[in-house]
Amino acid sequence: MSKPEFIYTTYIETTPEKLWLALTDGDFTERYWFGHRVASAWEIGSPYKFSKQDETTIAGKVLAFEPPKRLSYTWDNQKTDLKHERSSRVTFDLEPRGKVVKLTVTHDNLDEGGKTFRDISGGWPMVLASLKSLLETGQPLPPMSSPAAQG
Amino acid sequence: MDEVFRALADASRRSLLDRLHARNGQTLNELCDGLAMTRQAVTKHLGILEEANLVTTFRHGREKLHYINPVPIHQIGERWIKKFERGKLTALSELKRQLEKRDE
Repeated sequence: MSKPEFIYTTYIETTPEKLWLALTDGDFTERYWFGHRVASAWEIGSPYKFSKQDETTIAGKVLAFEPPKRLSYTWDNQKTDLKHERSSRVTFDLEPRGKVVKLTVTHDNLDEGGKTFRDISGGWPMVLASLKSLLETGQPLPPMSSPAAQG
Repeated sequence: MDEVFRALADASRRSLLDRLHARNGQTLNELCDGLAMTRQAVTKHLGILEEANLVTTFRHGREKLHYINPVPIHQIGERWIKKFERGKLTALSELKRQLEKRDE
């Protein structure tokens, strides 16, 4: 394994099974991932995609699917200006720790200095904080509103 | 949350986070390089940062790499910032950044 570019960790008061569902179920991701629904047959090698309002934003294929412990997929941003960037990889590791689950998100294989690299450094903390909030309080966090994203 | 504030209430620990923010995934040796802290002090501070979940470690072969983990800081921000305030705060931070850049 190459040296990962980003590793994010959060401890969530939930069960591995619920957290697993939150990562793999479109109705669930739509609530905390700021409107992005995930869809896949969830088999190794099968495609998956994230879409928002019927527009595909992220797509790739499933690399590891070991419920409720490890999920990994390739990450290809579907925005036209990012299509030239190489496919990166996201891995979720779930470890039960008493009453909480430790969730580690590793993002590697990124083009350093690429736009995906910059997007991700702000994106994951938001998504993970929102996921934690939804599982622990039943409420996700409101979307981050940058001037460009308002409306 | 107490341990996050405790961990951040120390200039040496904040400077370690700054170093990881500038370059993520460093070994203990790399982090010690050029710092006026002993190796033992850096190890102790990293332990406190890791305990507060502000630093995550990753084993890469024989090396232990340290990564900044901004998730708890983001959660602290979210707790006291209302949705409608965020656009204004972003604009203010940007203004401050632009004005201060000119003085450099």
